[in-house]
Amino acid sequence: MVDGKILIACFSGQGILSAKILSQGKRMQDVGKPKAEVAAKRVMERVSGVNIVPHFCRIEEKDIDFYSEFNIIALGLDSIEARSYINAVACSFLEYDSDDKPRPETIKPMVDGGTEGFSGQAKVILPGVTPCFECTIYLFPPQVKFPLCTLAETPRSAAHCIEYAHLIQWDQEHHGKPFDEDNPEHIQWIYSQALERADTFGITGVTYSLTQGVVKNIVPAIASTNAIISSVCALEALKIATGCSKSLSNYLAYNGTEGVHTGVTEFTKNDDCLVCGPGVLMEIDSCTTLQKFIDLAGEHPRLKLSRPSVMYRGNNLYIQAPPVLEEMTRSNLQLPLFELMGKVPKDSVHLSGTVITNDKKSTTTRKVRISFKGISDEVTDMDTAGGG
Amino acid sequence: MAEINKSKYDRQLRIWGEQGQSALERARVCLLNCGPTGSETLKNLVLGGVGSVMVVDGSKVEVADLGNNFLVDNNSIGQSRAKCVCTFLRELNDAVGAKFVEEPPEALLERDPSFFSQFTLIIATQLPENALLKLDRICRQQNGILIIARSYGLTGLVRISLKEHDVVESKPVHFASDLRLHKPWPELKRFVDGFNIHIEDPVIHKNIPYVVILVKLAEEWKHMHNGLLPVKREEQKQFTDNLINKMISLDEDNYKEARKASFEVWASSGISSHLRCIINDSSAEVSSNSSDFWVLVAALKEFVANEGEGEVPLEGSIPDMTSLTEYYVDLQKVYQAKAEADSIAVESRVRTILKNIGRDPDSIPNAAIKNFCKNAKKLRVCRYRSLEDEFKAPVSTELQKYLGDENYREMDEDVSRLKTIAVGLLNDMGCNGAKLSEDLISEMCRFGASEIHSVAAFVGGVASQEAIKLITKQFVPLTATFVFNGIDHKSQQLRL
Repeated sequence: MVDGKILIACFSGQGILSAKILSQGKRMQDVGKPKAEVAAKRVMERVSGVNIVPHFCRIEEKDIDFYSEFNIIALGLDSIEARSYINAVACSFLEYDSDDKPRPETIKPMVDGGTEGFSGQAKVILPGVTPCFECTIYLFPPQVKFPLCTLAETPRSAAHCIEYAHLIQWDQEHHGKPFDEDNPEHIQWIYSQALERADTFGITGVTYSLTQGVVKNIVPAIASTNAIISSVCALEALKIATGCSKSLSNYLAYNGTEGVHTGVTEFTKNDDCLVCGPGVLMEIDSCTTLQKFIDLAGEHPRLKLSRPSVMYRGNNLYIQAPPVLEEMTRSNLQLPLFELMGKVPKDSVHLSGTVITNDKKSTTTRKVRISFKGISDEVTDMDTAGGG
Repeated sequence: MAEINKSKYDRQLRIWGEQGQSALERARVCLLNCGPTGSETLKNLVLGGVGSVMVVDGSKVEVADLGNNFLVDNNSIGQSRAKCVCTFLRELNDAVGAKFVEEPPEALLERDPSFFSQFTLIIATQLPENALLKLDRICRQQNGILIIARSYGLTGLVRISLKEHDVVESKPVHFASDLRLHKPWPELKRFVDGFNIHIEDPVIHKNIPYVVILVKLAEEWKHMHNGLLPVKREEQKQFTDNLINKMISLDEDNYKEARKASFEVWASSGISSHLRCIINDSSAEVSSNSSDFWVLVAALKEFVANEGEGEVPLEGSIPDMTSLTEYYVDLQKVYQAKAEADSIAVESRVRTILKNIGRDPDSIPNAAIKNFCKNAKKLRVCRYRSLEDEFKAPVSTELQKYLGDENYREMDEDVSRLKTIAVGLLNDMGCNGAKLSEDLISEMCRFGASEIHSVAAFVGGVASQEAIKLITKQFVPLTATFVFNGIDHKSQQLRL
């Protein structure tokens, strides 16, 4: 595959590197520099003929066009929210034909991996064909949250004391000063408060290390597990790129605490998925303005997107931020959506906005199929948008 | 542990603790052949902070190596591959000592078998069968640990070989708490007697720990049923219904927890069959050259037959549960006290046994005995067949010889030869040889004994992980040969 482009999305920042390519690249002298830059430099030194462009920024800072350039996206991310975001971006390129079948040229493959201690998982995602990240998001166990009354009134474990200091006492004593988990002085404060509290209740086990672990949600990591999962991802990406063998179909679970076990499950995609499915259908009048459409989308029970920006076939119809772009597109709000979409009887738009899941705010993209009421449904030859 | 190491190894310290990390830092590992599979294995161990590594490889770096071995680069061409890999490893972690011997492993095996006795663990990659047999014999004589790893196209294999590996800290992911609700000891009963579960105060009522509730109700049941606990399904249902009836409001989490845990009341008594095998093993009949592990097992056996009344020492910890803090803390103390008492009983037996077999009675430290008692239900003994025994079947030697031969031949010829051998081998083992897919055979030949980097990284990841388990003596290593198929990413553990 000549001139192919692979994107490796990894959470930026310093610390122990997790993706295989990065763990090989890191050397003692590299500590402190941005991972993306170190990795790019190291791999290009080692492998001639390959071009790696590092981007040291948050994944949400890149617009959708940036992601459309790549043939395959490999994920080394550290949170569900980040994976959801990239998944939504990759799936937004997917288009369906009139028989509701995905158009192959719009499928953007992704390979996703994650590890914790001796366990890990890897997925091959072909939007529209295999389940996307959102289709199987129910597989994740709910995050452990201690009930507030336990923390406040009947703490029993060291973790309870730590969380009390972290979630309740900090604000009480620091009035608005945000807690910074990377600041050792802040951690030290939490630790001593937790220790005091534990003492009064007769609870043992509060240590500085545990305090860090609880507050930062530190995931234990071993180089060997990371090597295993990242090699699975790399091999799968290679197979997609070269066609040398069939792909993992489609989810691999790995556990190494007792012997070594891998289990492959073939999950099926959710046809109603909001992210990789054909999209929520909205039937609107041809006179409906863009502003009205945005309001309707906000009220839609399935979309639940607030303050969305709207994109149609690569064009920004309206952008919420930054202010300079908002000003430029503000005039579109009063125009009928039908006109802004070139008077086609139906097509898809993409909405980017914030959703709230499990009390957490995150940015995401949703596809919406628009069908204009009363406009005759001629067979039109729609060009595919850029991407894939 | 030095502060800088604590933060450098923080993520993995949370898995195997300081003791595990120290064991790693004392380990001396020898790698045979530093192609991609070997290099990837060693890379993970070096990142983990292993004490020192020795690389044995006779080849020079060639252009082909640049395509699949990350630990060599353009400047290395023509130089000793072992030397280049060592240089790179030192850059990854300057705390690890890395040395090399530029000699093919097979030659070193012939020339100086005693070379291998200095290492904690030997990792042999991409070695043909006859060298492996020789190496295995040498390792067994020296009581060493051998890990065999092999990548072959899109497939791979990892096999551990040593006489015996005993694990105290197996750290299983899921393991039931040791609550003994079906057999409360006198102090627990006394503690429970101090509670009135029919108390009217709703705050106290919903904050009585479920352990107390269940022990009380179990005792009541025994009283009314001739000293027997609920056995049949109807009885168990009756017990749980009775339990639910005691709730005075819907938000009583302690009663919900009690209901979920009620099966503990009729849990089977005594020790598992798997633990029974261990304590009845002939190695438990100890003598002066028995290992500490078996001396402890011998003491455990005596404990179970005497003070334990059929049970192992109490583990001592309890899970979190809805409760007032002071009830919970006091309950914890009751469990900890019993665990301590059991451990002291075991210790006294350990000291006596040591004296009887002619060893210093204090030679096993108190901390080790305590740790052993805590983990009594989770002990594992892993024994491995020698390679010689495994390869004894006549047809298989031919197959192995074939796979070890890396000279390029015409594909078609290879396919039919491989098929004949494979089918014959399968039939000998009692499988249906005709079911072997032609495609699979062709694929194996197409691989041409290549070492693809991603597959080497996978195999290296597994091999290094197993090495860590064997060195730290924590978690349970592979007890069978691990075979991996990168075509569909499936794997199997086969006892060959």
